[in-house]
Amino acid sequence: MKTEEVKKFADKLRYEAYRMVYEGGDGHPGPAFSIADIIAVLYEDVMKIDPENPDWLDRDRLILSKGHACPILYAALSEKGYYGESVEHFNLRKLHTTFQGHPVMGKTPGIDMTSGSLGNGIPIGTGMALAAKLQNKDYRTYVITGDGELQEGVVWEGVMIAAHHQLDNLTVLVDHNGWQSGGSLKETGGVDEIDSKFASFGWKILHIDGHDHAAIKAALMESAGQKGSPTAIICDCVKGKGLSFMENNNDWHKKVPTKEQFEAARGLIEEEKHEL
Amino acid sequence: MVQESVSFKEIIGDALIDLAREDSRVLVFDADLVNASGLRKFAEKYPDRLIDCGIQEANMVGMAAAASEAGVIPFAHTFAAFAARKCVDQIFLAACYSKLDLKLIGSDPGVTAATNGGSHQGMEDMGILMGLNNITLLEPSDGILFRWMLREVKNTPGVFYIRTNRKEERKLYEGDTTFQLGKGNVLQDGRDVTIIASGIEVYEALDAAKLLEEKGISVRVVDMFCWRPVDKELVIRCAKETGAIVTAENHATSTGLGSAVANVVVNNCPVPMEFIGVTERFGEVGSIAFLQKKFNMDAQSIVKKVEIVIGRKGGRQA
Ligand SMILES: Cc1ncc(C[n+]2csc(CCOP(=O)(O)OP(=O)(O)O)c2C)c(N)n1
Ligand SMILES: [Mg+2]
Repeated sequence: MKTEEVKKFADKLRYEAYRMVYEGGDGHPGPAFSIADIIAVLYEDVMKIDPENPDWLDRDRLILSKGHACPILYAALSEKGYYGESVEHFNLRKLHTTFQGHPVMGKTPGIDMTSGSLGNGIPIGTGMALAAKLQNKDYRTYVITGDGELQEGVVWEGVMIAAHHQLDNLTVLVDHNGWQSGGSLKETGGVDEIDSKFASFGWKILHIDGHDHAAIKAALMESAGQKGSPTAIICDCVKGKGLSFMENNNDWHKKVPTKEQFEAARGLIEEEKHEL
Repeated sequence: MVQESVSFKEIIGDALIDLAREDSRVLVFDADLVNASGLRKFAEKYPDRLIDCGIQEANMVGMAAAASEAGVIPFAHTFAAFAARKCVDQIFLAACYSKLDLKLIGSDPGVTAATNGGSHQGMEDMGILMGLNNITLLEPSDGILFRWMLREVKNTPGVFYIRTNRKEERKLYEGDTTFQLGKGNVLQDGRDVTIIASGIEVYEALDAAKLLEEKGISVRVVDMFCWRPVDKELVIRCAKETGAIVTAENHATSTGLGSAVANVVVNNCPVPMEFIGVTERFGEVGSIAFLQKKFNMDAQSIVKKVEIVIGRKGGRQA
């Protein structure tokens, strides 16, 4: 495992995503930080991709079903070299930008699926995984979904049919941070017992700390070896993970940092402090 | 006319609190957007009368309509992008076809979703619902009208969809203005052409009328806040009296206000028409003003269309 590289990569992604929201003056930092470690492990250490050839048919696919967290994905694509040098100004959510408020396939190289309307990622991932099976392709399809998002009914239609077709080339990572837009999942009334819900449909379940890089890597490897069923990795995450004032504070669901709050990100990237 | 800023986000909370205080049958549903919609205020005042369904718009709409069978007056909110796209079968079956009640509110329609981008810019919500029976489709242009609408739909049995801007809005009407469901509002009279507009496009229409006035063109401007049923009588009158019509909407022209107006025009009193709105494209991020300009929905674009339509009057080509 590329332990050091992944750690550095994750820090850098958080910083870049935060900078993007700060400079763009709009966006969802808490949701982005929640999945920073998952994205870091996937892009730095697991996914079969070719940044110079983003449409390569045999590449692994990533569907960011919780599209509002896209700054962290844009950061990963930038750092992996999809746009040549790292992007200097993303102009997130600004006029004419490549980096829209939610991911748009075809507009932004490296984005494997359009999202932003919650609930669609698992059914879409199911379609991509099914196509791989039917065409004897060995790419894997990864879906990152929010936990609040699981309230959408169509999610469970996808869960049902993916199990029926034994799509063991499909891995869903649930960002289980306990929060959605209006408040906590508990207040809203669901979804609880996520593990047993997926399990009851016949999915392989793994449950990990969503910020532990080694655990994320191990779970992804295990899901790759799974035979006969899709895998759901339930990742216990902290919304806003990485900046103490953001952690578990749902005010940061959609919020732009002040200059001071942005400066606080200094600690995120030790080596590059001077650049701030 | 007063020029003063109000936010629909504040109005919706206050207005529904008023209605809930007066009428115990009022129940409000939302789909994890109480912070975004401004309904947090309502939830704090009446915690038992706001059902936050979570992120499940279709189910919310089915539930809300069904609740009316037992005498509840159900209001339900989500973003305009999701209100029709995600819920059309529930709206059809549980509300329209069943002849139950539903007061559905979709916020941030079309370009007013601004920086959220294409996934959130519902250019097709009215169009999706336009084909249903037993539904009234509304879009307020200002806060006074929105308040009136909320009260009116509360008091009128049936299925209603209101698409409304959530952000700052200019003020257009005086507090004591009276409106009527199914009736458009003539904002200014004119002889040469009528601009029939709705929502944010009403302001562009008024600006365009001013610019045209300077060129000696006399423009009638209508706030057609009710798209379905559209005010047939008024459309016919405008066609007859001004001989040309331009429609302006923050929506796909293929299925929206323009096509509803055109339907009346061709069937009753064919005159040249031109259309302002979104044509064959998806949304993208940008400020409302930027997108209005980019999608040719600003006052200047309306002026151009008016000049074209006037050129076509009396069989002349532009
Ligand atoms: C269909 C749909 N409904 C509502 C929204 C608005 N929205 C954006 S994020 C969000 C909450 C998502 O919660 P969760 O899936 O837990 O993600 P997290 O906030 O934890 O990142 C909502 C309701 C949306 N984007 N799509
Ligand atoms: Mg969550």
